[in-house]
Amino acid sequence: MLTKEQPAQALREQVTTTISGAEATLRALLAEDVDTIFGYPGGAIIPIYDALYDFKEQLNHVLVRHEQGGIHAAQGFARASGRVGVVFATSGPGATNLVTGLADALIDSTPLVCITGQVFAHLLGTDAFQETDILNITTPITKWNYQITNAEEIPEVLAKAFYIARSGRPGPVLIDITKNAQQQKFEYNGYTPCNHIRSYRPKPIVRPEYIEQAAALINQAQRPFVLWGQGVILGKAEQEFKEFIEKSGIPAAWTILGAGALPTDHPLNVGMLGMHGNYGPNVLTNECDVLIAIGMRFDDRVTGRLDKYAKQAKVVHLDIDPTEIDKNVAATVPVWGDCKETLPLLTQLVDNKTHAEWRQRFEDYQTQEVAAVIQEELFPTSEELTMGEVIQQLNELTQGEAIVVTDVGQHQMVACRYARFNRSRSNITSGGLGTMGFALPAAIGAKFGAPSSTVVAVIGDGGFQMTIQELGTIMQTGVDVKIMILNNQFLGMVRQWQELFNDRRYSFVNIASPDYVTVASGYGIAGKRVTERGELQTALQEMLAHPGSFLLEVMVTKENNIFPMVPQGCSVSEIRLR
Amino acid sequence: MSDPQIIDRQEYNITAYTENQIGLLNRIAIIFSRRKINIESLNTSPSEIDGIHRFNIVIHETEEVVRKIAKQIEKQVEVLKVYYNTNQEVIWQEMALYKVPTDVIAEKASVERLLRENGARAVVIRKDYTVFETTGHREETDALIKVLQPYGLIEFVRSARIAIIKHSDGFNRKLREFERTEPSSEVIENEYLNSRDKVFTM
Ligand SMILES: Cc1ncc(C[n+]2csc(CCOP(=O)(O)OP(=O)(O)O)c2C)c(N)n1
Repeated sequence: MLTKEQPAQALREQVTTTISGAEATLRALLAEDVDTIFGYPGGAIIPIYDALYDFKEQLNHVLVRHEQGGIHAAQGFARASGRVGVVFATSGPGATNLVTGLADALIDSTPLVCITGQVFAHLLGTDAFQETDILNITTPITKWNYQITNAEEIPEVLAKAFYIARSGRPGPVLIDITKNAQQQKFEYNGYTPCNHIRSYRPKPIVRPEYIEQAAALINQAQRPFVLWGQGVILGKAEQEFKEFIEKSGIPAAWTILGAGALPTDHPLNVGMLGMHGNYGPNVLTNECDVLIAIGMRFDDRVTGRLDKYAKQAKVVHLDIDPTEIDKNVAATVPVWGDCKETLPLLTQLVDNKTHAEWRQRFEDYQTQEVAAVIQEELFPTSEELTMGEVIQQLNELTQGEAIVVTDVGQHQMVACRYARFNRSRSNITSGGLGTMGFALPAAIGAKFGAPSSTVVAVIGDGGFQMTIQELGTIMQTGVDVKIMILNNQFLGMVRQWQELFNDRRYSFVNIASPDYVTVASGYGIAGKRVTERGELQTALQEMLAHPGSFLLEVMVTKENNIFPMVPQGCSVSEIRLR
Repeated sequence: MSDPQIIDRQEYNITAYTENQIGLLNRIAIIFSRRKINIESLNTSPSEIDGIHRFNIVIHETEEVVRKIAKQIEKQVEVLKVYYNTNQEVIWQEMALYKVPTDVIAEKASVERLLRENGARAVVIRKDYTVFETTGHREETDALIKVLQPYGLIEFVRSARIAIIKHSDGFNRKLREFERTEPSSEVIENEYLNSRDKVFTM
C-alpha cells in the first residue's frame, strides 16, 4: 500500500497488479516525487481526474482558472523549487491553452511535464469533439513530446518524460494520453525511473584541453569580464560560480534570468546586462579583453547589435548546450559541459587576482548612472510615485529575502534592476518570451514551490488583466501571494517605445483598469490602493504582515521611462542614460 | 553580387542518424522551415543498424548556417548523430523513372541507343507504355528527359538524393564509441525534496 511518507519508495518495488492507465499515470508522478499538480479537467482527461480522487492524500492538485494560469503556475513552481512542474489539461482547448506557457518554458529552460488528455485512439484524425493535433502544435515549443495510445506504455514514457524534462538543459515535455489508454487496465510491473536514452546526451563530456585554454586566457587578461545567466542556477552551481569569481577577482554581470545566482550586494556583482541593464556592464562589454560567458546564450536583448558586440574581446563560453556555443557570438574557447563540473576545474587553474583598477571602471560608471538615473528613480524629488521607489521600499522591508515574481513591461525592468536578491531562485520572470500575464499565476506556483518564502508579484496594470482570473485560484487554495500592481494607466513599455521612436503617437496604449481593490475583495482577498508617497511604507508593511494574500495597487507616474536603454539596433556602448 | 552570404552558399548533404520515431520528421523539418530554408531533397530510410534510421537532407546554404542547423538537429532527443558534407565529400545518387509510349520506342531504333548511352534500363514494358530507370547525378537524370521529350515522354519522376560519406568508418563503430565515452550519467534524484530551504542558501 502507498503511504504518504514513502510514496516513491513503495512504488519502485516490483509488484504486478492490474491497474488502469490513469492510475499508472498518478503512480508515475508519485514515483517521481511529485506532490503538486496544476490543472484543469475536461472530458478527455476525466479518467485521470477520477483516479486522482483516490490519491488526494498524496497529490495536491491545484485547480486553476485557465490552463495558461496552470502552466505558468507550474513554471513558477519549477523555478522557485528546482523541481519539475506538472500540469494537467484536457484535450482540444485545454491543450491549446498551454501553448504560451510551453513556448515560455522552452525558451527559459524550465522543466515541466504536461499531461494532456486526448480523444479515444480510434477517433484520432476524425475531427472528433475536442480533438486537436496537440503533438504537432507543440512540436516546436517542447523539448520532447509523445502520444500514448496504449496504457502499457505509460510507466516507461513518463519515466522518460521526467528524465528529459530535468536533465541536461531542462525544458518542457508534453505527454498526450488518449482516453482509452487512461481507462485501459493492464498488468503493472512497478515503475523504473529512466536514466539513459540511447539517442540522448544531456551533458557533453568535459574536455580538459578547453578548460586549460580558458584558464590561460583568463590568467593573461588585463580586463576580464564575466557574464552569467540562468545556467548557473539550473546547474545548481551558485557556490562553484562564487568561488570562481572570488578567486579570479573578475567583475560579473547578469542576464535577467541569472539574477540572484550571486547576491545583489556581492562586491563582484556589477549589475545587469542588456537593453535596460546597467551602464557600466554594457559599455565595458566593448572594452574588456576577455569575456567569460557562463550559462547564458547571448540573447539579442543582451547583445544589442551583434556586429558591434565585444569585437575586441576573446570569448570563453561555458554552456551545457553545444548549440548555444558559436550561435550568436563566436567563442575563442568553447567550454562544453555542466558548469557545476566545469567551473571548479577552471577555478583550480585560475590565478588569484583582484583587478582593482578594472573594477574601479565599473564603479565610475555606476556613479554616473546613480547621478543620472538611479537617484531620482529610487528617491524621487517629484510629487508622483515612481516604480523604483516602490521596489526600493520593498527591499528595505524584505531585506532581499523575498521571491520577486515579475510580469512583463517597465515594472519588470525596474524590479529586475532594483530588487535585491540575496538568494538564488528568488527572481522569477519571463525572460525569453516576455509573456504578459505570467506573474500572477507564476507567483502562485512559486509559493507552492517554496512555501516558507515570502512571494511578491510585481505586475503592470496591463499584464494583470491578462490572467486576473487566477485570483480565483488564490481564493480557493488560500495560497499566500503578495500582489503589487504598479499602475501607470498605460501599457507602459509600449508607450515608452512610442514616445522615443514613434513621435509620441500613443496608439492604443492607454488602458483602463477596474477598481482592483474591489475586484480582489470579490475574491475575498484583502487589498489597498496607494496614491501618496506618505502611505507607501505602511501599506507595504501591511501587505507583508497580512496573513494570506494581499493586493496592493500603487498609482505611479504615468509617463516615466526606463533608463538606461540600448535602443534596438544599437550597440551596447551606445547605451543612453536619458 | 558581392554578398559573401550568397557566394558561400552551396549544396550540403546533411546525414542524420535517428531513432525510428513518429513525429521526428516534423521536428526536423521545423528546424529548416523556422529559418525559412528550403529543403532541396529529403530521404529517410533504415540504416545498417537495426532500429536506427538515416535521414539524408540536401540544402543550399552557407557552411555557418549548415553547421548551426546540424547542431540543432543533433540536439533533438531522438537524434543520435548528425554529419554535414559538401557534394565533393559524399558519393551521391538520385533515381529517376521515365514513362514513354511503347510503340514510339519500338519503332525508333535510335532510342534504344540513346537509352543505353544514358545508362537507362527498362523496368516495365507493356503494350501501351514502357518505364525506364536511371540512377545518377542531377545532370545525368536531367539529360535523359531532354532525350525522351521528343519521343512523347508521358511521365517523369525523380527520387530524393541518397548519399554515403566518403571518409567515414561507418556509424556502427561510432555508435559503440559514443556509448563507451558518453554514457548518460545516473539520474539525479531530487536532492532538494524535503530540504526546500537549502535551495535558497548560497
Ligand atoms: C502576451 C503579450 N502581449 C503583448 C506584449 C507586448 N508588450 C510588452 S510590454 C507591454 C506593456 C505592458 O504594460 P503593463 O502590463 O501595464 O506594464 P508596464 O510596462 O506599464 O509596467 C506590452 C503590451 C507582451 N509582452 N506579451
